[in-house]
This record gives sequence, C-alpha cells and structure tokens, in this order.
Amino acid sequence: MAALCKWRHRLKPAVFFQNAARRQLSDKHDYDLLVIGGGSGGLACSKEAAQFGKKVAVLDYVESSPKGTKWGLGGTCVNVGCIPKKLMHQAALLGGAVKDAQKYGWRIPSPITHDWLTMAPAVQDYIRSLNWGHRVQLQDKKVKYLNLKGSLMDGHTVRAVSKTGKESVFTAGNIVIATGGRPKYPTHIPGSLEYGISSDDIFWLKESPGKTLVVGASYVALECAGFLTGIGLDTSVMVRSIPLRGFDQQIACLVTDYMGSYGTKFHWKCSPSKVEKLETGRLLVSWTDLDSGKEDQDTFDTVLWAVGRTPETRALNLEKVGVKMNRETGKIIVSADEATSVPHIYAIGDIAEGRPELTPTAIQAGKLLARRLFGKSSELMDYDCVPTTVFTPLEYGSVGLSEEEAVRRHGEDGIEVFHAFYKPLEFTVAERDASQCYIKMVCLREGAQRILGFHFTGPNAGEVTQGFALAIKCGATYTQLMAAVGIHPTSAEEIIKLNITKRSGLDPTVTGC
Amino acid sequence: MGNSVCKGKTVFMDTTRIKSLQNSSTGVIKAGEHKIKSHLSTESQGLSCFTQDHSDQRDGREIVQGFLGQNKVMIFSVTSCQLSAQVKELFRSMKVSFCVLELDQREDRQEIQQALWELTEQRELPSVFVNRQHIGDWEKTSQAHREGRLQALLDMQEVNLSPDLYDYDLLVIGGGSGGLAAAKEAATYGKKVVVLDYVTPTPKGTTWGLGGTCVNVGCIPKKLMHQAAILGQAIRDSQRYGWELQEKVSHNWRNMRQAVQDHIGSLRFGYSKALRDSKVTYMNAYGEFVGPHQIKATNSKGKETFYTAATFIIATGERPRYLGIPGDKEYCITSDDLFSLPQSPGRTLVVGASYVALECAGFLAGLGLDISVMVRSILLRGFDQHMANKIGEHMEQHGVTFIRQFVPTKVRDEYHPYIFRSSEETVGVELLVYSSFVWFLQVLLAVGRDACTRTIGLDTVGVKINVKTGKIPVNEEEQTNVPHIYAIGDVLEGKLELTPVAIQAGRLLARRLYAEHSTKCDYTNIPTTVFTPLEYGACGLSEEDSIQKYGEDNIEVYHSNFWPLEWTVPARDNNTCYAKIICYKQDSERVVGFHVLGPNAGEMTQGFAAAMKCGMTKEQLDNTIGIHPVCAEVFTTLSVTKRSGGDIAKGGC
Repeated sequence: MAALCKWRHRLKPAVFFQNAARRQLSDKHDYDLLVIGGGSGGLACSKEAAQFGKKVAVLDYVESSPKGTKWGLGGTCVNVGCIPKKLMHQAALLGGAVKDAQKYGWRIPSPITHDWLTMAPAVQDYIRSLNWGHRVQLQDKKVKYLNLKGSLMDGHTVRAVSKTGKESVFTAGNIVIATGGRPKYPTHIPGSLEYGISSDDIFWLKESPGKTLVVGASYVALECAGFLTGIGLDTSVMVRSIPLRGFDQQIACLVTDYMGSYGTKFHWKCSPSKVEKLETGRLLVSWTDLDSGKEDQDTFDTVLWAVGRTPETRALNLEKVGVKMNRETGKIIVSADEATSVPHIYAIGDIAEGRPELTPTAIQAGKLLARRLFGKSSELMDYDCVPTTVFTPLEYGSVGLSEEEAVRRHGEDGIEVFHAFYKPLEFTVAERDASQCYIKMVCLREGAQRILGFHFTGPNAGEVTQGFALAIKCGATYTQLMAAVGIHPTSAEEIIKLNITKRSGLDPTVTGC
Repeated sequence: MGNSVCKGKTVFMDTTRIKSLQNSSTGVIKAGEHKIKSHLSTESQGLSCFTQDHSDQRDGREIVQGFLGQNKVMIFSVTSCQLSAQVKELFRSMKVSFCVLELDQREDRQEIQQALWELTEQRELPSVFVNRQHIGDWEKTSQAHREGRLQALLDMQEVNLSPDLYDYDLLVIGGGSGGLAAAKEAATYGKKVVVLDYVTPTPKGTTWGLGGTCVNVGCIPKKLMHQAAILGQAIRDSQRYGWELQEKVSHNWRNMRQAVQDHIGSLRFGYSKALRDSKVTYMNAYGEFVGPHQIKATNSKGKETFYTAATFIIATGERPRYLGIPGDKEYCITSDDLFSLPQSPGRTLVVGASYVALECAGFLAGLGLDISVMVRSILLRGFDQHMANKIGEHMEQHGVTFIRQFVPTKVRDEYHPYIFRSSEETVGVELLVYSSFVWFLQVLLAVGRDACTRTIGLDTVGVKINVKTGKIPVNEEEQTNVPHIYAIGDVLEGKLELTPVAIQAGRLLARRLYAEHSTKCDYTNIPTTVFTPLEYGACGLSEEDSIQKYGEDNIEVYHSNFWPLEWTVPARDNNTCYAKIICYKQDSERVVGFHVLGPNAGEMTQGFAAAMKCGMTKEQLDNTIGIHPVCAEVFTTLSVTKRSGGDIAKGGC
C-alpha cells in the first residue's frame, strides 16, 4: 500500500497536464504499456512487450459473480473456462472409461459413484497452481501485476481502484484493453439472478450441483450439461432455438443426439419464464413450450444460465474517452491491427468486435500486437481458419467454413462435401454406439478441390483437428489429402480416406479397415 | 490319363531342316546367317500349332507369352541343336503334340531369348514349357519325364490356352491388407480376381483366417490390448477425478482376449463379405508358382488345384522370426500367438526391441503383469533414437525391467533356468551369467520378421528376391523383375511395413493396371505411430537421418516438453511428453521431421502428416492458431531450438 501511495503522490500533478503535452513527454509515462485485464490475451501481450525491455503493468481485478464466486489471475480460460471445463469433461470421460474398461477385461466391483467433493477441489487446486504460475511468470518477465480495477481517464491515463476502494492513477504510452466477457443473466426472468448460477460459478461449487437445468445451447451450455451428465447427474438442457449457433448445424445435431443418447435430457423450443425457490431449498422452474404455448415446470437443485456472454466494458469509461463500441454487441470496434478509435488504445480478445472468442487467438493477437508496438514487426493477426474444439461428450473439432457458410459463399454447385460415418476402434470392444462419429470436409468443387472447412466428431477431436488446421493453412486440397497415407489404426486416418460425396447420395458409413 | 493325347489333338512336329551343328548348347546364332521363310513348324494331323505371329509384335515378352498361351507344349529350339532334337524326339515318343519355335530362323531371336531369360533365368536352348510352366532344358525335361512329372503335367486338366482366357485376370497371393485392397480395387474395374490366403500355423499351433497380420495378429489386437492397458491407467486416474471404486480392480485376460477376438472375427466376416460383394474369388489355400502364369493352390486338406492368371500380385507379408537357439520354437511364443493366448501370459520375458516388442511389453505391463524386455543393442532401430530412448525411460519408470546387452542362448522348460549370454561376448563363447537366472512363465520373441517369399515358387518363375532378407525388390510401380508379377506390402525391399502403405500401394497398383491411372504410391513422408504406453507418432525424417541428409548446420530442431492437461489432476508424468520438429533451414524451414510422444499421438500426427504433404514450414506452424487446451497445440508454439540448449520444461498456458 505504501508503494501505491507513493505512486499517487508522484502522479497527482500529472493528471492536470494537457493530453497534448503528455504525448510529447511520452517517455515520462509511468509505463510503456498498460494492460487492463489479466486473461490469456492481456498476459501474453504484456509478457511479450516486456521481452522488448519495456515497462509494462497488468491490471487485473475479478468482480465477484452474483453468486459471490471469485478467482485469481489468468482470466476466464484458466479460472472459469477452458481449463476447468476440460478437466471436468475429462472426469466425465473417465467415468465412461471405467465402464469401457469392464468390457476390456477389468473387473470393477459396482456400484461406481462420483464424488464432486473430490473432483472440484482437485480441479481448483490445479487452477490455483496456474494462477500462481502466471504471477511468477509476470514477475520473471518483470511485468508489474496490480490487482486493481482499471478504467480509462484519457488516451494515456488509467484510474485504478483497489478492493478497498483506494484509487490510483497511472499513465502509459499504450493501453491495451483485454477485459474479456462475463456470462449473461436473463434478468427479465424472475428469480434468474437470485437463484441461478453461471459458468463463473459451476466449477467453484462447494457441493455437487445435483439435478441441474442448463439453459442455453451455446457451446458453454452443451459442454457443461455434457460433463454434468457424465459424472452421473440428472441434467436437462433447455434450448430456445438451435444448438451451437454459428457452427455447422449438421454436426451440432450429431453432438446433441449423442448427448441425448447418453442421458442428457433436452427441452427443445422452450423458454424459461420463472425460477422460484421452494421451502425444500430446491428450485421450481417454469417454462413455456414455444411451439405449443404450453406451460410446464419441474424442480431442480441448480439452474445454470449459459445464454451468452457480455463484454466486460461497463466500468471502463470507454465512451467518455471516445473508444467506439458496437451498440448491439457492446464490443469494442477494432481495426486489423487491434487499434480502437482512440490512438494508443488497443483491444484484444473477447472484448474486441468480430474476433473469435478463443484463448489462443487472444494470445496470438496479444503477442503480435506487442511485437508491432515495440518490436518493429508489422505482422498482423490472421483470423482466418482458426480451429476450435467443442468439448461435448462427443467432441467436435472444426476449422474453416461450416457447410452452410460454404454454400452461402460459393453456392451449392460450387462446393463438394466429402463425408463419412466411422467407428473408432476403441468403441468396438467397448460396444459403444458410434452413430454420431462423423467427418465432413467441405471443398471447392473445381480443380484440385481446395479445402474450405473441416469438421470432425469423435474422441480426441481437438488432437485430430490441430494438424488438419495446419494442412488447411498450408492450402491443402482434397487431392493432396488423398495422397497422404493413414496411420493405422486411428480415427484420424478416416479423414484421409474420405471418398463419398454428399452429392452422390451414397451411404457414407465406413466398413472394415 | 492322356486325355489330350486320345482326343486326337496329338500333333507331332518335326523340324527336318537340321543344319550343321553350331553353338548348339546356347542357341546363339550369329546375325545374318540365313533367313528361312518358315521358322515355325508343326507335325500335325490337320491341326496347326500357334502361328498368329504378328510381325508387328516387337516385344519379345509378348511373343513368348503368345506362344505359351496358345500351346500346351511349347519348345523354343535351335534347328542345329542336337539337344533340341532330342527334346522333340522325346515328345514324339510320348505321342504328344508340340509346337516348336526355331529361334535361329527368326530375326527377333535376340528379343525372344532375352524374354525367355527374364522369364526363366535359363539361357540355354532348348527351353521347354508345358501348360505355360517352364520345364527347362533337355536335361530337366528328360528328368521330369523320368520322374513322371512331365506326364502328370500333360495329363493335367486342359488349361485354357488363349491369352485372354486365363482363369483370372488377376491372382493375388496373400489376403492381408494390401492383397485385399488390390483385389477389391481390381474387381471394381470388372476384372476377374482371385485371392489365395493361407495361414501356416505357428510352431505353437496358432492359426487364423482372412485379413492378414494387421487384422489378426497386428495393429488391431495390439491397439485394442493397448487400449485395455490405457483404460487401466484411466481407472487409476478416475479416482483422482472423483470416481469412487469399491475395491481394488483386477484384470481378466480371458475376457479381454475374448472381446478382442470377437471383434477380429467380425472384421474377418466383414472382409469375406466385402470380397463376395465385389465378386472376388477367395480360396483358403497356399499359393505357389508352378509356371509363369500358373499357381498351384494347396488347401488345408492337401488338395491341389491349379489356377492361371494374366497378372499376379505377391502380398504374402511376413511372419515373426525365431532365434534359432535351443528351445525357441518349442517354448517361446511370438506376436502370432500372443493375442489369442487362452491364459494370461503372466511373468513374461519379451526378447527384442522392435516396436512389436515394446508395444507388447507395454500393454502387458499395463495389464499388471511383471514384464522384462531383453535388448541386444538399441531400442526401435530405424526410429529417431532420442524418441526411442524416451520411450524406454518411460516404460522403465512404469515398471518394465530392461535387460540390456543380453541375448538368450537357450530356453528350457520348467526346472531349467534360462541362460543368457552377454551380446558383447564373442559369438561361440557361451558365457553363462548365473546371476541372471530368471524364471518366466512365457517368453515372447519379437526379434524381427521374415518375408514369406521363399516357399511360394518364386524361383520357378524367376522372381528375384534379396537372398539375405527374402524381400522382393520392385520398381516404382511395384513390378518385380518378371513383368507380369507384382509385389506389395511387407514383402517389398526397402519399403515401410505398414498396413495403410500396403493398402495404398495395392489400390494404386490396381488402378494403374486396370483403369489407366498413372499415380504411383508415394513412399515418402509416411506417418506412423508406435503404440507404446507413451505413444509415439512420427512423420518424415528422424533427427539422425536429417543430419545425415542435410548436415547438422542446415537443420534446426525445435522441441518442447508438454504436460497433457488431463494428467495434471492425477499429477502424473510431468515433463515426459515431448514434441519435436526438424526443419530444413535452406528451404524456408520446411518441416522434414515431425515427432511427438504423448497420449493419442496417432490422432495428433495424422493431420500434421497431411500438412507435411502440403510443404508445411515452421512459419506456417507459428501462424496457425492452437486449439486450447489440447496436446497438439504445442506444435504451434515451439520456440526453443535444441541447439540453444534452452529450457523446455513446461510452464503454464
């Protein structure tokens, strides 16, 4: 604190300087770079900038969720996103593995039960180790970490407020906004805020969520519903319109079909109307069937809202400083070099308009931005063909265009879709149903048939997709892929054996090796 | 039976124009000696032998095949040759019709003789063929006559003697991955195809059905048993992830074996159905060349059948090698036996350090068995040694005992211990390391594999094999030295022994043969995965090979450890998974070698292999966005070069 006070005293007079004057004195800024938001993008950007010998600070401050959940440095991915969700997904997969194992000769006395109180702390401990790791890394790279909430005062000045309400002011040559987003609450639904939780809370629950209703059909909704089902909880998903908007819809259906066959209940075309707390402590959820207009209700232990995310821009004071935003999405409008409408202010990650909300893109964008600012680089971030994986019980990896988007851009006659239903070898002995294991490759129809989109459902979809994302980056064509030789026996080899076109109408089921 | 003789087809031929004896034994006649209008003669009762000798046929092979295809008995002779005369006299005495081609009376004798030599490896004339099968010179023919073989051949079912009327367009010996792929592909072009498949039982008596090594005793059962072992690890992990298991778990070999064998059975069923559907004939019989276009097929009851075909594909694959030490065949098993063992092998010694050895040792250990591996020199010869050693270390950490620099010298039954000899000792000196006496319940030999090429009559038709390895050298179109005989799969010399390679080669070969395609099988940058407990995926060159090929200064090796997210909660094996790429600096850091150790290495490697086909460079790797959080994303963020000696321990994300 003493340090902070010293800062304030030294800086106070500076606040009265004119902006123009400040720019001339840019070497007099407290920092060369000040990053607001210590998530994947912000940390990557700050560390990269520090590599160039710059004076860098990161402001990170986690506002508690309505339920009171808080966490440490690292942002969504580490604390309430990719990491915990994949670990809990893994817990669910291991439940499946234990069942499979019996078919593979392992004698396991039943019943097998899952204990939330073993899993959650194990996951949380790992997250804490990552929080710590991030702090150590910042220290190692000489990036100043400040657990303060930042807001803009002008193009070079940031006001920072501590947990206790203490204020300080910093100036910086460049400011990067990387505050990300937070889950949306459907506040128009009575009881939603009081009784519901979000993905910000689920991984930090002190006890098992029990019977859960997940509202939404985003990847967050389906991933959460998937692992909750997988660890043996009675889980329902309420979907107003379509699952996985923006993703290939044929695949989205396969993903939800698979979930359905593994015990997740779906309420399609339904919209919740209210949440009430019963005397038993359970939650009574009422909803409307949008097709029939019928009302229905059921009791749950937990209601999880996964209806989208809001960019975390409220407290940044953006409008006052003149940073332009998209009114509809609330996101910051950026140019190709991540610059906002105000000079020296940049935005990366989930907060930036039109960018994929993915950790690795934020990291890459942050690094490249730092290199352009301080490293004499001019390389821009390429947001094309970014691969991603949805960790639903049946994992879904994709890169490039969905079939719908490809049709939109090139016309039905302009594309050729190769596809196959395959059975992973591991499923055979385990007697698992593989009817949703599917591969689809969307190619241009002309010439060597350049690959536009790749979609894969099945185990380890992420591991499978990464290499093909690279191949597509290298401009791979269908012809080139067919000249490659498979790795036997893997699921991925089915990709380079694709030979049935959708147009042909032939049965795309793979038989034998 | 002499049917053909009695049918009135008996045709005697004679060549009356006997010239002075010269070069009789070789039949080589100096050019320009004399030209005689009729170079072909028959002795017949109204029946002429083959005479459709199109003058525009320039290819000696075609001419020879033409004659062979249309004449039951064919003699290539020289008018002046005494031995030729004797051969003719022999057939005349047997009252058998024959056709004679007097080479000294043809302008194209050089080509024909060359073709004959390629076909039979016999330079001397006369050269006698019965039913397209090469008998030999005078001596061999008279010997065959004395032994009754000649008569037997003549009595054999009348073969269809028109070149376009062989029994089959294509005959494939070996019903493994490659053979089946080629057969099915050929059949789709309307060709008449037969596959001969026969599994000689192992010394232990193990045998199996259609599908070859991969399905029955290779990739499929090993990956399934590997999966069983992986699931054992999953069970342990699951408890850290909150799953509560009542008691200690144990593994039941018999249940696993049954499940695995059931799956193999269903695959076999699928294969025979696929063959039937594509109208490929399948014979469960041992195929052996008896003539250039003829195969003798012996079934399990010893019944012999003969088939002719225009084209042949040898796809007989390999079988495990034995050591040739006392007791090996008697007491040891190989991978051919392991997957169908009725009982758990128990405490096992695995001999060898091939990928077969390490994979088997790996999953057996994973199932909870006490496993030792005896290694003569290095692990995984031919693979990147840095990776190989890491695999070894990991196995050692997970309870596999390595007995290095030893070879077994004797295997005895119960009451007698095994005797090892240090491989550093001079051969012949039997150094008994008494301290090494160890009891095993099972000894699994995995010391290499031998091509099944020595007992399928290749010498009869003159297909060349590497005498030492038994492997068949082929040109880039998988053609052997005998033009109408091709070979694919593990029998090939200098090619990778991998199922998908054999399948690809087989398919492309059939397309070239029957569909006027020209694409050849590309044997470069073929990815592969070793399913050791820590899986190893590789594509392209090993570090050693890239140094040799490009020079140490011209390559840059980028590497990193990684810790799969799934392993963090059970807190196991940090800094064991490893990623490495080798880039050729002079070619914009094109990736020439890709290596990864970690879970699902095969799934990871496939896409990168495809990218390598497209010329992937380090820059492209760097520009590709990772998928978070998966293992494969490590390849998009490799920054430490091996040269720099930088720290590669895994930090956070």
